[in-house]
Amino acid sequence: MELLWFCLGTAMITGYVILDGFDLGAGIVHLFVAKSSEEKGQVLRTIGPVWDGNEVWLAAAGGAMFLAFPTLYASSFSGFYLALMLALWLLILRGIAIEFRNHIDNPLWVPAWDTVFGAASAVLAFVFGVALGNVVRGVPLDQNGYFFLPLWTNLLPGADAGVIDWYTLLVGATAFVALAMHGSLWVVMKTAERLQDGTRAFVAKLWRVLITLTVVMSALSFAIQPNLWKQFTTHPWGIVFPALALTGLLRVPTLSARRQDKAAFLSSSLYLTGMLASVAFGVFPNVLPSNATPDFSLTIYNAAAADHGLRVGLFWFIPGMALATAYSIFAYRHFAGKVD
Amino acid sequence: MDSAVDIHRLHFAFTITFHYLFPQLTMGLALLIVVLKSLALWKGDDLYNKAARFWGRIFALNFAMGVVTGLPMEFQFGTNWAAFSKSAGGIIGQTLAMEGVFSFFLESSFLGLFLFGEKRLGPKLHWLTAFLVFLGSWLSGFFIIATNAWMQHPVGYQTGTAGELVLTSIRELLSNPWILWQYLHTMIASVVTASFVMAALGAFYLLMKQHEPYGKLFVRVGVVAGLAATLLMVFPTGDGQGRMVAEHQPITLAAMEGLFETAEGAPLALVGQPDMERLRLDNPILIPDILSFLTYRRWTAEVQGLKDFPREVWPDNIPLLYYSYHIMVGLGTIFIAVMGLSALFLWRRRLYGNRALLWALMLAVPFPYIATTAGWMTAELGRQPWVIYGLMRTAQGASPLVSTGNGLFTLLGFMGLYALLGMLFALLVMREIAHGPEAAAVEEQSVRYGEPMRAQGGIR
Repeated sequence: MELLWFCLGTAMITGYVILDGFDLGAGIVHLFVAKSSEEKGQVLRTIGPVWDGNEVWLAAAGGAMFLAFPTLYASSFSGFYLALMLALWLLILRGIAIEFRNHIDNPLWVPAWDTVFGAASAVLAFVFGVALGNVVRGVPLDQNGYFFLPLWTNLLPGADAGVIDWYTLLVGATAFVALAMHGSLWVVMKTAERLQDGTRAFVAKLWRVLITLTVVMSALSFAIQPNLWKQFTTHPWGIVFPALALTGLLRVPTLSARRQDKAAFLSSSLYLTGMLASVAFGVFPNVLPSNATPDFSLTIYNAAAADHGLRVGLFWFIPGMALATAYSIFAYRHFAGKVD
Repeated sequence: MDSAVDIHRLHFAFTITFHYLFPQLTMGLALLIVVLKSLALWKGDDLYNKAARFWGRIFALNFAMGVVTGLPMEFQFGTNWAAFSKSAGGIIGQTLAMEGVFSFFLESSFLGLFLFGEKRLGPKLHWLTAFLVFLGSWLSGFFIIATNAWMQHPVGYQTGTAGELVLTSIRELLSNPWILWQYLHTMIASVVTASFVMAALGAFYLLMKQHEPYGKLFVRVGVVAGLAATLLMVFPTGDGQGRMVAEHQPITLAAMEGLFETAEGAPLALVGQPDMERLRLDNPILIPDILSFLTYRRWTAEVQGLKDFPREVWPDNIPLLYYSYHIMVGLGTIFIAVMGLSALFLWRRRLYGNRALLWALMLAVPFPYIATTAGWMTAELGRQPWVIYGLMRTAQGASPLVSTGNGLFTLLGFMGLYALLGMLFALLVMREIAHGPEAAAVEEQSVRYGEPMRAQGGIR
């Protein structure tokens, strides 16, 4: 039962990263590629009707974690207190920027919100990567299952590391580039002409950086977290996850060059799915490893809620998500096609 | 303000108070928009459609504020109240996750379609999107109330081996007797807020002699819905809620009413100031026997006073609890008078020309917000000193390792950010009001960059 919820939780987070990932990435395109106010408006229109629904995946993933692994929820949210509050402020500013930008058309108001939107999106992509890096590296859990991390200490991934060290920075950078490419592929799919061409060229540049970062970051992860090595050697079938990620990533440039834009976007989604599944597989059965005292690690067993709650939860959660997916598909289809 | 727990309490109180300014309007307004859309279908008059479009714009602004300030609420369970979440997450995690899965997806998917899909969907499907937004927002309210009701009156649980609380029955969790009255009382309060807002804007347009057909419509819908809602607030919902408190939280009832001494034929205090040194009500104006009657339906029934209970289970801020409750009830009474009088004049066809009443309706607009906030303060202060009534003290629920300094840092951050958002929000709402309903109808047609939002598929 715990394993099933662990898989569901991973699926929810993956859903969130793929969906909100492309609109965070669109924010990065908005910051670096779209030049005129006209083009920036175009980028915003590609995500306009869907970004909020995408963000609901974060709330739903958080809810799933709360009901299935309350100890993990309590421990990680209070331990990453400052980082999460920063993420919240960025999410607030970003949402408000999208909603408020087009209310007043003047040369102060619109560019100001454009800057807020682009900057908040870029920093958020990075912050989510740093968070993932922390889960791989581990945190100094005490015997009660709590910890508190300052934002940074000496930037070394040792037992007294803060949220940010060179390893988590590297994961953050990878996430930033990965989501930038993912969002660019979305924008390419939804636009035409100059903006589309510029973004397509941006994809090619990002891809070269991303493949380097992915290889370096993955290799270093094995050095940082010994559990990864243990998992992949004792269960060699797990290699399918990194293999999927690599397949997805390798196919992106060819598909994008051939203008098979939908397939390129799906390949990038496959890459993200493969990477997240690899992390989940690699840290398993931990959900939050302790880097000080391995015995204090939170696992899917000691962090889970009682059996009855997990069982009844399944009865409504799965049909509920099926229904939610149906609405989302309906809304996406309604807004299908290119924006003008 | 020296302990971390105080900072965490203030953190939650501040962020929830600001957050709830927005959902309390959107939940009620969603219902009124369905009313306007239904009138449009029934009467075939485009005035109602234009009115619904205009309120859709006001709704969208409020909804956006509700969404961005709502996410911190879910996060804060974990960030600031980790011990509470660890203990109770297996239970309240169920209802909170249900809110995400069953209502947020529904609302967010169909709000986009409601705001941008009117032409493509046609009138009937467009009515349906409005209805589904209403349904989503009221479901959302249900799951939040189910969560709060469990904290007020825990059911369907047992204590696990490590002292954590374990869910034993989801049916009991969702059919908690506390839910019914609290849910209806809260939802109808949101209709009161939306009615007052709609009537106030209508009164403003009539007094300004602008957009008069809309002004009349807004006043009419606002006053009719407002009279019904203000009456339902007292009976049966407020009465039912009060008797729940009397039955399950008698100490809270005594504190709300400022009743220190146990009495048969207990009086109702209209005015007075709780004196916590001498344990009495100063300068009281009392009506004899009423409290006994309201609570137990007998004039001579005994109502327990605070002195009958040990001090360590008294709510920790009795004066504020007492004032919150009295402000809520006092304002509620004034609302009935304002709406009742307006409805009488409306029925006599003399309301639209009655400047005094229109002024009253216009100036009344902040008060439902104050009353609703006071109502929530009554519920939350009344539950103290418990975070889960009878099971876990608030002081034990806070995150053990988040320091006062870090808590204060983020509290100040939220205060600054929300002050800025509040000002921008007010600015944009003012602009919508100044542009008026006809402008909203025109702009809906334009789908180009540069024109004020909407149809651009953006931006709800």
